Amino acid sequence: MSAALRFILRDGQVPGAGPLPSLIHLTLSTLAVSGIGIGIALVVALPIGIGLGHLHRGSFIAINIGNLWRSLPSLAVLAIAVAFLGLGLVNVEAALIVLAVPPIVTNAYVAVDGVDRDLVDAARGMGMTQWEVLARVELPLSLPLIFAGIRTAAVFVVATTTISALAGYSGTLGDVINNETSYRTYGVLGGAICVALLALTVEVVLAGVQRALTPRGLLRGTSGRPL
Amino acid sequence: MLIAAGGPVIPDFNTGAFACERANPLFCFDWFSRNWGGVLWPALREHVLLTVVAVAIGFAISSVLAILAYRRRWLERPIVAVTLVLYTIPSIALFELLVPIRGLGLSIRSAEVALVSYTLLILFRNILTGLRAVPEEVLDAARGMGMSSRQLLWRVELPLALPAIVAGLRIATVTVISLATIAPLIGVQSLGTPIFAAIGNNLFKTELIAAGGLAVALGLFADGAFVLAQRALTPWTRAR
Repeated sequence: MSAALRFILRDGQVPGAGPLPSLIHLTLSTLAVSGIGIGIALVVALPIGIGLGHLHRGSFIAINIGNLWRSLPSLAVLAIAVAFLGLGLVNVEAALIVLAVPPIVTNAYVAVDGVDRDLVDAARGMGMTQWEVLARVELPLSLPLIFAGIRTAAVFVVATTTISALAGYSGTLGDVINNETSYRTYGVLGGAICVALLALTVEVVLAGVQRALTPRGLLRGTSGRPL
Repeated sequence: MLIAAGGPVIPDFNTGAFACERANPLFCFDWFSRNWGGVLWPALREHVLLTVVAVAIGFAISSVLAILAYRRRWLERPIVAVTLVLYTIPSIALFELLVPIRGLGLSIRSAEVALVSYTLLILFRNILTGLRAVPEEVLDAARGMGMSSRQLLWRVELPLALPAIVAGLRIATVTVISLATIAPLIGVQSLGTPIFAAIGNNLFKTELIAAGGLAVALGLFADGAFVLAQRALTPWTRAR
């Protein structure tokens, strides 16, 4: 354990081995790979989820896509993506997007669909247009739940990005865990500690953002998130 | 020089018994049928076994924790905090973090501890939510009939919480099926074993698709089975 911590303090270098990639560099590139995946997933998923929720249509698809998602093993999805597309950044991103879209769609749909109909009616009665109802009533009220979906997806994507090392994609923190020959047992343990800390940090930061985004009137009783 | 002049070292590159494997197209049915009994079926069996044991242990632990937190409200926060941390740690890291612990090591025990720890948050939350959703009037009526708190738990609260409990089991099971694919990382057999083998074997596509497909199919099958079980166990939820 102490050897693993010293490995982290040495920024991922192993005495007696050649220069290895720095842990900070690997952490940043893990975040970059994850960030691209989540970014594209957001652009795809948010309009679908929010649009369907606003129109109160497509509940079957919007909700079941979330159930389907849970039963997709990320390593299996990566393996199938590698078989069809080969190995590379684009293909890892494709798998990440497939895994990140469903929870965002489901949460956005449930959030917008679940906004109190009376409030929407009141807004219409005040003369708001469709877009105003969406932008000024439905979205602010559903923001915490929408963000909860993004949070679930983000933590999941970070985990899957590190797993992509097992599927042969190198350049992330997963490399350290997947390469016991170079890193020795304590290096692998140190890498695992870094991966765990990274995921926990992402979770805590996003939980903070979620709290900051929540309208003050909603702060009570909305701290939980669906899993 | 002589070898180079002699042409390819391996003759018959695209013919013979393993031609399909060498060409590595998307799917060799030949390979699939030859390796079902020796590779894929054992992996599937181990995968199911890992999952069943993990969900059973996780369910036992979570039930106790949930009933405790149901009786003593203040316990909920610390239990959620600890299980949320366990749930958030990526599987690849948690598996490795358990290896140095004495008594676990590179064994099925590490794999089970990791898999169990992912079920706790899901099961605990669902069981507790289910118990708390039992209407107060129902509890009053049962108490009025002279039930002890133990009878109340077994005959009223747990049966009424069943839909939420089964929903939790469903999520926990598919989550474990998904995470068990990583188990070969610490030397434990699962459907991940053929996936890792295929990655090591020049990305052998047939095996990637067959094992990956089996893992996805197993998750979908378990999900569907739980939906049916939930319907069968709680007929009253469909009555109007």
